[in-house]
Amino acid sequence: MIKYFVRRLLQAIPTFFGVTILSFLIILAAPGDPVAMIAFSPNPSPEAIEAQRRELGLDQPPLLQYVYWLAGNDWTTIDIDGDGVGERNGNRLGLLRLDLGVSIKQRRPVTDLIVQRIPATLRLGVAALIIGYAIGVSLGVLAAVFHRTWVDQLIRVLSVIGNAVPAFWLGLLLIIIFGVQLDLLPISGMRNITQRGPQSVGDALRYMIMPVSVLSLNTIAFISRFTRTQVLEVLQQDYIRSAYAKGLPTQTVWFRHALRNSLLPVATFFGPAIGTLLAGAVIIEQVFQWPGMGKLIIDAVYSRDYPLVMGSVVVASVMFILGVLLSDILYVMLDPRIRLE
Amino acid sequence: MTLETKVARLEKAEAQRHSRSFWRDAVGFIRRDRLTVFAIGVLLLLTLVCSLSPIVLERVFALEVNKINVPDKFKLPGEGGFVLGADQLGRDQLLRLIYGGRVSLTIAYLASVMTVTIGVALGLLAGYYGKAVDDLISWGVNTLSAIPPLFLLLIAAAVWEPSTEVLVFMLAALGWVGTSRLVRGEVLSLKERDYVLAARASGASDWRILVIHILPNVFPIVMVTMTIIAGNLILTESGLSYLGMGIQPPTPTWGNMLTDSRSYLVTGVHLIVMPGILIMITVLCFYLVGDGLRDALDPRRYQQ
Repeated sequence: MIKYFVRRLLQAIPTFFGVTILSFLIILAAPGDPVAMIAFSPNPSPEAIEAQRRELGLDQPPLLQYVYWLAGNDWTTIDIDGDGVGERNGNRLGLLRLDLGVSIKQRRPVTDLIVQRIPATLRLGVAALIIGYAIGVSLGVLAAVFHRTWVDQLIRVLSVIGNAVPAFWLGLLLIIIFGVQLDLLPISGMRNITQRGPQSVGDALRYMIMPVSVLSLNTIAFISRFTRTQVLEVLQQDYIRSAYAKGLPTQTVWFRHALRNSLLPVATFFGPAIGTLLAGAVIIEQVFQWPGMGKLIIDAVYSRDYPLVMGSVVVASVMFILGVLLSDILYVMLDPRIRLE
Repeated sequence: MTLETKVARLEKAEAQRHSRSFWRDAVGFIRRDRLTVFAIGVLLLLTLVCSLSPIVLERVFALEVNKINVPDKFKLPGEGGFVLGADQLGRDQLLRLIYGGRVSLTIAYLASVMTVTIGVALGLLAGYYGKAVDDLISWGVNTLSAIPPLFLLLIAAAVWEPSTEVLVFMLAALGWVGTSRLVRGEVLSLKERDYVLAARASGASDWRILVIHILPNVFPIVMVTMTIIAGNLILTESGLSYLGMGIQPPTPTWGNMLTDSRSYLVTGVHLIVMPGILIMITVLCFYLVGDGLRDALDPRRYQQ
């Protein structure tokens, strides 16, 4: 058991480095000079630009730049005036020590900017996950109970359609119907900015209804199909036949034997859903102007704020990797059949 | 009749029976699957209309897709000769939908073929050779699948501002992971089969075994995946273009026709509804065809 945890944890390490290498390479290969994006004065002199490049470490070979980004440069000196002698000690700690650099556009530590946005994204994501699971599992069980009837067919069709609808478009339609035409719900942001003080629950919910519904759609579609397959598979097992054979009422068989065993894998399979939610959040947060990580990354991409872009990718990926890890570990812990192996 | 011709004839008959057993059977199965046939029909129709009608519209009717006529802006469907209305710059929406479909469908077809090609190639290598090759490819797979989908694409697209061709390449370069994982799994079990052992015993090279004996056996599952991927690509492209990172205007795609839609939620409802419906129908059809193919190509079907 502990061996399994350690192995899974060790497996995550090369993946993490892969993510950092990939995001570094993309930005490295990007055309255009990052320094050119930083407008200090309307007409910076070439010397000033060079000094700026050296200060940011952009004059170094790529490998060293990567090392600086990863492990910081506080163990070396920076040669700002280009005479071959370092003037100042480096002050970056590197992402391994949670320093993701400074945002070019906003001139603030990337870590702060991201940490600030995480609660908003979590609020959307957790709500969407809960709703997606609640509705998805119910629909899946329903489809399995009424296997091969019109109920099953209907749920199947709904889940295929749910996957095929472009989420941002559905968001726009909801905005048109409930925001513009019926004027029932707010169409952007996450709180009423005219009200001061802590946000009331009602206000929070009003702003959440539309984005959460759209975001949970994919999860509903996926979880309902997964649940249906699981339940149908468990119903084929010998122990279900035995349970019926020894005279247990149908209800007991369903709740004590079938559902328990079939919902366990479903319940612990939230890892991949986190990835879908994070990716969905990028678009949905843009549609509803929700101030979360998705919107942060889009804005960073629009303004070519490379440190912020790289930082957001790494943080989102770490969240995703940890989510998958947690979901795998929970599954192993909760299912005695696997635990004892 | 000599013995030789007799043998030849028997072999031919045998070969015919063999070819009927899988692919022809699958086609027969699909033919009876009305939903799948319908979905294939819709896709064919959309593809034909989008790929052929631009030529007719330009040559015969001398219409121009990007003709801007501001006084016509936000004309409703049916108003002033615009069947589906006019957009924020007074361009004909029907025309733009057709042209947009051409771009969106081209991307879906090309990128899905390319995605699957990369995925199959790497999956075959990883599954067949194992060891270091597998480790390296699996590292790539794990890395790419640890980054939430869309993130990398968004960044790559924003950084390089791709043309259609480059975008196709990017979509494939970032999307092959699932196929590769799937093929690798298949190959792991296929390479232990007796016929592979027999081929190897008779001196076949690795290359020959991969291409002649293993590849045809992963083909059915790859076809299913390719269809689903094509549907996903339509969604991805539309999302990317919606965010303004895909194909740049004035070239229309179903996604970028929705880019600025937030600014005309009141006056341009018809401009928001139509592209989305087309995206949804197309994706739905790809998924349905994928489902149909999966049923038709599933060997277990024969047991029922």
